[in-house]
Amino acid sequence: MNQPKTVKILAFHADRCKGCLACEKACSQVHFKTNAGGDQSALRITKTDQGYQMHVCDQRGLCLDLCPVGALRRQKNGVVVLDPKICVGCQACVAFCPIGAMRKSKLRLEPFKCISCGSCVRACPEKALELVERNIAEIKQIVYHKQGV
Amino acid sequence: MVEGQIPIAEYSTGNTKHTWDAKKLRAAHQKLAEYTYKKGDVYRGYANRTLYVNLSTKKISEKPVTDEMKKLFTGGRGFGLKLLWEGIKPTTRWNSEENELLITTGPLCGTTQYAGSGKSLCLSVSPSTNIICDCNVGGFVGPYLKFAGFDALEIQGKASEDVIIFIDGEHGKISIETAPHEETNTHLLAEQLTTMYASEDTDQARQKVAVVSTGAAAEHSYWGCLNFSFYDIRRKTPRIKQAGRGGLGTVFRDKKLKAIVVKIDHLTGLSNHPADPDKLAEIGIKLHKEIRDLDRYQCNMRAVGTGHLVEIMDQYDLLPCENYRFGSFPKASKIYSPKFYELFTKIIPDGCWHGCTLACAKTVDGYTVMTGPYKGQKVTVDGPEYETIAACSNMSIWDPLWILEFNFYCDTYGIDTISTGTAIAFYMEMYEYGILNKERCNGLELCFGNADATLEFIHRIAQGDQAEFIRIASQGIRRVKDWILKNGWGDKKLVEDCGMESKGLEFSEYVTKESLAMQGGYGLTLKGPQHDEAWLIFMDMVNNAIPTFEDKAEALHYFPMWRTWFGLNGLCKLPWNDIEPANNAQTEEPAKVPEHVQNYVEYQNAVTGWKVTKEDLILQSERCYNFQRALNVWMGRGRRKDDWIPYRAMGPVTEMEYLSRRDRYDKQLVEKVGFTAQQVEQMSIQERIHQLYQYRQNQYQKLADAVYYRRGWTQNGVPTPQKMRQLGFTDKKLLQMLEEKIAEDEQAGLNTWGGIYGIGEKPPAQERQYWKFWK
Repeated sequence: MNQPKTVKILAFHADRCKGCLACEKACSQVHFKTNAGGDQSALRITKTDQGYQMHVCDQRGLCLDLCPVGALRRQKNGVVVLDPKICVGCQACVAFCPIGAMRKSKLRLEPFKCISCGSCVRACPEKALELVERNIAEIKQIVYHKQGV
Repeated sequence: MVEGQIPIAEYSTGNTKHTWDAKKLRAAHQKLAEYTYKKGDVYRGYANRTLYVNLSTKKISEKPVTDEMKKLFTGGRGFGLKLLWEGIKPTTRWNSEENELLITTGPLCGTTQYAGSGKSLCLSVSPSTNIICDCNVGGFVGPYLKFAGFDALEIQGKASEDVIIFIDGEHGKISIETAPHEETNTHLLAEQLTTMYASEDTDQARQKVAVVSTGAAAEHSYWGCLNFSFYDIRRKTPRIKQAGRGGLGTVFRDKKLKAIVVKIDHLTGLSNHPADPDKLAEIGIKLHKEIRDLDRYQCNMRAVGTGHLVEIMDQYDLLPCENYRFGSFPKASKIYSPKFYELFTKIIPDGCWHGCTLACAKTVDGYTVMTGPYKGQKVTVDGPEYETIAACSNMSIWDPLWILEFNFYCDTYGIDTISTGTAIAFYMEMYEYGILNKERCNGLELCFGNADATLEFIHRIAQGDQAEFIRIASQGIRRVKDWILKNGWGDKKLVEDCGMESKGLEFSEYVTKESLAMQGGYGLTLKGPQHDEAWLIFMDMVNNAIPTFEDKAEALHYFPMWRTWFGLNGLCKLPWNDIEPANNAQTEEPAKVPEHVQNYVEYQNAVTGWKVTKEDLILQSERCYNFQRALNVWMGRGRRKDDWIPYRAMGPVTEMEYLSRRDRYDKQLVEKVGFTAQQVEQMSIQERIHQLYQYRQNQYQKLADAVYYRRGWTQNGVPTPQKMRQLGFTDKKLLQMLEEKIAEDEQAGLNTWGGIYGIGEKPPAQERQYWKFWK
């Protein structure tokens, strides 16, 4: 099988963001069919002293090696997706994600994550978000601990 | 090196492929009995019924699980004990028609959010010990049994030809089928059956099938283990974990069972229908994060499994080398965990149940077999784990590849690596002394380090070789001791002191000579010498945290009860203390890992909806622990004399051993026994050994006194009816049996303390029948 070489990930232009959270609401529509945003959004925008920050999956794929049932896989377009029909809700991927981008909502047991669908990009009135292409070889991470580390 | 982010479809083990005519195999099956049941949901961790199968009468039926049963026995091993009490007799032996083999689950078994939650507990009357043996094992069978509808499977009777029990949780059917043409050895049989019984030709379907099997050697030895499979979607093959101790695989084959196959139709993270799934996910995620951040600095279990212990044990003089004569060895670094890390396939997850991120189940893929019927083939070796590696150091085998060979054949032939290795190490020592020789060993040169002869011995067991040594030696150390002594080949004391068995079961792989508490951890056990009740070496020896007999007795009360709890619930012990919170050392009782104990309180409450405290968890265990001891007594064992351990477990037996640690022992004769350095210098080595022997034997008896008292037993080790009533037992038959046994002991003068108490010392109680005053 030919493996994807690149993947689109979200990039954030903090100087443009006004904190309206339209992106979060659009995201929770995709995952839970609600406008709740927050815990039900795979993308989070937070305000800090330095301005707005975005927190989202960067598709490095460390979670791929953790799933015991093969519910996580990299699609042809390089995006890492979780199939909730196969997932058994073990939460290993949630806990092992180094940046906490695999999320767990109280609405369901199976985790969820950014699938680079672009709905947040389309929802942002300020054009603060965009999808950019990255080489997978440069970002990918493996989960195995080295002996003696 | 194979490592990480490999699409599931693309990884290949490189193993030798086998093709079978599944249709032909299935066509030869004859259905001997079939039972249809109404499928029901598991509710708050319980399926609320157990399954009974009689292979003699072909009867298949269901039994209800009552609230009273849950209260008294919790689940898992507790349910197994209750069913055995009702199903067998005090005269039942391992090969009796009425002996039962039980596979049980537990209310927390099958949880996917908390690491280590897929264990089955197996019980039967053991061929090694003639009492009930319980074994804790991973793999998918336990969870699947529950999700197919049953908290326990109880098998009684014997089939007249090889059969398979098929529990079809997809269609609600149970059948007993003949299986004349399938393989017997696990690595082939598990693959055949997983493929044959999967609903469709996909990895997802194969992952819904789990198999219990054993192998050809289980039939001809007392070391038979049960192999529980779990289908690995990355390796595309079923892998196995073992219920190893006590010969349960031997019982399995005696019943003419070839396999048990369990299939489910679906699995979700909520299949247990827990009372509070959010809480469960919360504590599960917390533990996974600890494992992520700390395992690499604590045990490195995710990289090398339990094998990380080898170097630690060697450094602390606790690694069994040459039949426990030594606790370390110059060649030991050849089998340290980095050597196996080089061989392991580095693809995660390696947990033996979903969601276990501790992932200790390591695997070598594409290993080329060097001997025997599968010579030249490439296979997956599941392991080796610490116990298997240390069993090989015990035989003085220091080559990782020979350890893999030993591991592979023990597994596929269905024999326990611990008992097999410990027993062979004893035979090797006897060989070194000339008590055994090539002729007496039917042509085998069983000297230390002879891996070839070791494998040859195992192959001959599997072939059913009936030569005298092969036949007797495959029944374990106890029978060989008797055989040697009957033939007048060796000094009785030497033979008894060197053979590392107690109650007929071979020791597991730790040197206990310098830790009195650990000697108790092995000797004062229910099923025989096994580290899964109380592993107190570090607490006792390294940290000196339990200096008095009372302290040790308290530890030998708490830790066996605590560890028993895992077996009542269907859990693995490793996530309790093989990973510890970062601040654990600063807590009041770090050995108990209080934060994780609290996790388990919350975990059991989240699944069952109960409102238990940490004290309640111990009480759950105490009920079952005492009940099992009472059953031992009922079956004619479980008294002080049965808690005997060989002197090799207490101290140096031979001059060579004494001299190897001379400074240590000389110092102890001064500091502990009370001789002056000058007196010690004037003693011969034999005299020094003798003095140490007297001292340590007495220490052990005093420990037993303190432990029996703390546990609520008589001086002879019998649980008292008063204690049983305190624990909630009202079963008249049980209470009367204990009354009678205690009265027998009273008449025989056995209700007396075992230790000799000097000036300023006293036994735990002055009143002889102290238990009579308990309310």
